[in-house]
Amino acid sequence: MSQVIGVPRESAADEKRVATVPEVVEKLIKLGFRVAVESGAGEAANFSDDVYRAAGAEIIGDAARLWAQADIVFKLRGPSAEEIGLLREGGTLVSFIWPAQNPELLQQLAARKATVLAMDSVPRVSRAQKLDALSSMANIAGYRAVIEAAHHFGRFFTGQITAAGKVPPAKVFVIGAGVAGLAAIGAASGLGAIVRANDTRPEVGEQVKSMGGEFVTVDYQEEGSGLGGYAKVMSEGFLKAQAAVFARQAKEVDIIITTALIPGKPAPKLISAEMVKSMKPGSIIVDMAAEQGGNCELTEPHQVVVRHGVTIIGYSDLPSRLAKQSSTLYATNLFRLAEELCKTKDGIVNVNMDDEVIRGTTVIKEGSITWPPPAPKLSAAPPAAAKPGASAPAAGKGHGASAPASAMATAIIFGVAALLFWFVGAYAPQEFLAHFTVFVLACFVGYMVVWNVTPALHTPLMSVTNAISSIIAIGALVQIAPPIPAGGDRPEAWILGLAVSGIALTAINMFGGFAVTQRMLGMFRK
Amino acid sequence: MSATLATVSYIGATILFILSLGGLSNPESSRRGNLYGMIGMSVAVLATVFGPRVTGAGIPWIIGAMVVGGSIGLYAARVVKMTQMPELVALMHSLVGLAAMLVGFANYIDPAASADLKGAAKSIHEMEIYIGVLIGAVTFSGSVIAFGKLSGKIGGKPMLLPGRHWLNLAGLLIVIWFGWEFLHAISLRDGMTPLVVMTVIALLFGIHMVMAIGGADMPVVVSMLNSYSGWAAAATGFMLNNDLLIVTGALVGSSGAILSYIMCKAMNRHFISVIAGGFGTGGGTPAAAGAQPAGEVVPINAAETAELLREAKNVIIVPGYGMAVAQAQHMVCEITRHLREKGVNVRFGIHPVAGRMPGHMNVLLAEAKVPYDIVFEMDELNEDFPATDVAMVIGANDIVNPAAQEDPASPIAGMPVLEVWKAKTSIVMKRSMASGYAGVDNPLFYKDNNRMLFGDARKMLDEVFAALKA
Repeated sequence: MSQVIGVPRESAADEKRVATVPEVVEKLIKLGFRVAVESGAGEAANFSDDVYRAAGAEIIGDAARLWAQADIVFKLRGPSAEEIGLLREGGTLVSFIWPAQNPELLQQLAARKATVLAMDSVPRVSRAQKLDALSSMANIAGYRAVIEAAHHFGRFFTGQITAAGKVPPAKVFVIGAGVAGLAAIGAASGLGAIVRANDTRPEVGEQVKSMGGEFVTVDYQEEGSGLGGYAKVMSEGFLKAQAAVFARQAKEVDIIITTALIPGKPAPKLISAEMVKSMKPGSIIVDMAAEQGGNCELTEPHQVVVRHGVTIIGYSDLPSRLAKQSSTLYATNLFRLAEELCKTKDGIVNVNMDDEVIRGTTVIKEGSITWPPPAPKLSAAPPAAAKPGASAPAAGKGHGASAPASAMATAIIFGVAALLFWFVGAYAPQEFLAHFTVFVLACFVGYMVVWNVTPALHTPLMSVTNAISSIIAIGALVQIAPPIPAGGDRPEAWILGLAVSGIALTAINMFGGFAVTQRMLGMFRK
Repeated sequence: MSATLATVSYIGATILFILSLGGLSNPESSRRGNLYGMIGMSVAVLATVFGPRVTGAGIPWIIGAMVVGGSIGLYAARVVKMTQMPELVALMHSLVGLAAMLVGFANYIDPAASADLKGAAKSIHEMEIYIGVLIGAVTFSGSVIAFGKLSGKIGGKPMLLPGRHWLNLAGLLIVIWFGWEFLHAISLRDGMTPLVVMTVIALLFGIHMVMAIGGADMPVVVSMLNSYSGWAAAATGFMLNNDLLIVTGALVGSSGAILSYIMCKAMNRHFISVIAGGFGTGGGTPAAAGAQPAGEVVPINAAETAELLREAKNVIIVPGYGMAVAQAQHMVCEITRHLREKGVNVRFGIHPVAGRMPGHMNVLLAEAKVPYDIVFEMDELNEDFPATDVAMVIGANDIVNPAAQEDPASPIAGMPVLEVWKAKTSIVMKRSMASGYAGVDNPLFYKDNNRMLFGDARKMLDEVFAALKA
């Protein structure tokens, strides 16, 4: 018997999102599940009941009946007290939980013998990226933050020179270059603003540049990457240096967007009241960390306020303000999770605790709290992980080809060379030595000349050296008819035969080699 | 022409050859470099023919041989396809080797060559003949086998005889023993037996050596044989007391050796272990079984590929041998041109050992008229992958294998690779899921951001291009 996925209407007052969309309903049904959607669940996100029905979902008018029917409940926000009461004993719930901030919610859910998967606890490993609802929501929030700022900002973002005068471009400063920050950088630079960004993790500088922003560094040496690619709490000295940078930026820019969050901690206060005061009148601050206490001292959560002539936007429901988009992305994240839970595609979920991703996501398993999970094995910060990985195998395999030769090896080579030279010097006749000198010097000349050849020209180089090596024709030429009296015991016919075939062979090489090189080189062009 | 004039001409030719190699160091000066080479060769040949060591009687023979050989060479150069370049180069190396052998034998049976040599000078002269023939024979047979492997007439898999290192060692000892015999031979006839036996052993050694080397190491083999053909020429120069041959041979020899070294470094392998052969056999089974990549393979079709390309800002194309096999370079160029007109930043990332000879991919792309300033080496753009939207891998496998960095147990561990998996999306064009020459499974195919476009590269690219234009 296949299980029923229930999607209730979000009960929070200003929540416009919905946990599944018609497009995804079809995919879930293909996985073998049945899908029940509460009537009106998708209305605020512009998905009518009819569209859900057309996609194959069952529409249920009453929330209590839906909760009772559902084996698995897909939701966005964590359940309210009332909803916990509706959750079936031993049922499965998938939603945002924030277990660190909501321990009592966890206790209540555990009391219902529920299995709970928290979309905010998906481990940050590359395999789990497709389930990472935090990232997809942050992406939307970052975009929306710029739109909100633009809405309240009294000017263009892009610089223009018009008949009615010159418009300077807006300057945007983004604090925190996580997913939300990067999305904000991209959106703001897409609108034509000059974007700067700062982050405590220096390795994101490149990502900032790739989104069209300029990376503002804090001149203070401290590594800011914590476990799992998130930021960590910084030292006092760093904070001072950082505050100085922010104060300078505050005076210059028109819009500040702050996204600084540290997992499980209140948001760091980065923008002081003085900095707000120093900003130009009409400037905007979008505080995306408002819900966790705000990055700006003057932020009022969930509200827009004007302080010292600066509009401070403290909305905590930015993704919900783009309900259709965020519902679609969240629904897809949930679908990916359903795929992971139901590998057999028979519509029965299997919460496999041996799977690293599912283990990390699951915060309650059949009534027992399994949060927090053991530390992830792999950090998502690629540079730190990749570098030792790249160098270690070289040593392990004993192929240290690129490493400089050890002193021992060098000594041996020089020793052998010296012995060889001594041997040559001791026994070889004068004439041979002359040739030998020429030979050794020519080897070095060849080395010097060829070392700088660009790899692109390796093939032509090879065919030209091949053509040049047909210089061996000279050897055949001088044997064909040397100026010595004929007769004696010289096997003329043999020598002539050998020499003529030698010349013919090398001529193939000589002409062919140069011609083909010419043909190749003719093709290289800018 | 007097002897001194001939010598001066030789010096001129030497300088021209050095300038020629130097000119090849970048595309702008390369054509001039080739011209220098041709002039140098003409000067050298003419100075010899009209010099004191060739009498008029030989000239008809020389002209005849030159015309025959030259026309064959020019014809071959005209008709050869750019994808067949490695075979042609290998075949030409074999000719140099064969010529070195013939010249060595001719010199040995010519009593005039060593008439006035006594004692150590005579021994050295004979040793030079012996070594010249040896190198020539190894070059000849090795190149013929390399030609066979490159043209597909012989399977690419390494052939490994039991105890092959001992066989080689035994061969070497026999060669040294007969060398001793050869030096102490009193008459010509006495010396001929050791010389012929050694030649046969050298030929067998050349065959055995190249047979044991896997297809993936062919770039090293081709440049190594190039080097050998140079040493053969240098040995002939010693034999004939001809400085021009010595210098030119040494130039070619050392340039080939450097190329081999560069190739080996690109694969993070020791020269010795490449030559010893056996890479890419079933030996890597524990790694393949132990580290079965997790995840799923996501196939896409041509229309979706076109969609991805159309929406991308930065594209890096990584071609491999598969592109050469499918003759897809022209289609790649069409797609590149189309995308560039649309403002997409398309670049090419070339791995040093992509293809079957050094620089193979560059030549193919040049043939298809891809401008060389968008073709980059691995080191130049490996850091740009994170900022790349689509990395398209066409018929390459081992050179984009993340196992080289991630799995220390992998047979290709430590080999520098193009980090295509760091791009937002990577698309791998391949005929099937089969592993590359190294016989290693490729975890790239199982990455979340990777898509597989199965099919013949040419056909698939045709479809992609049609979808792009639609």
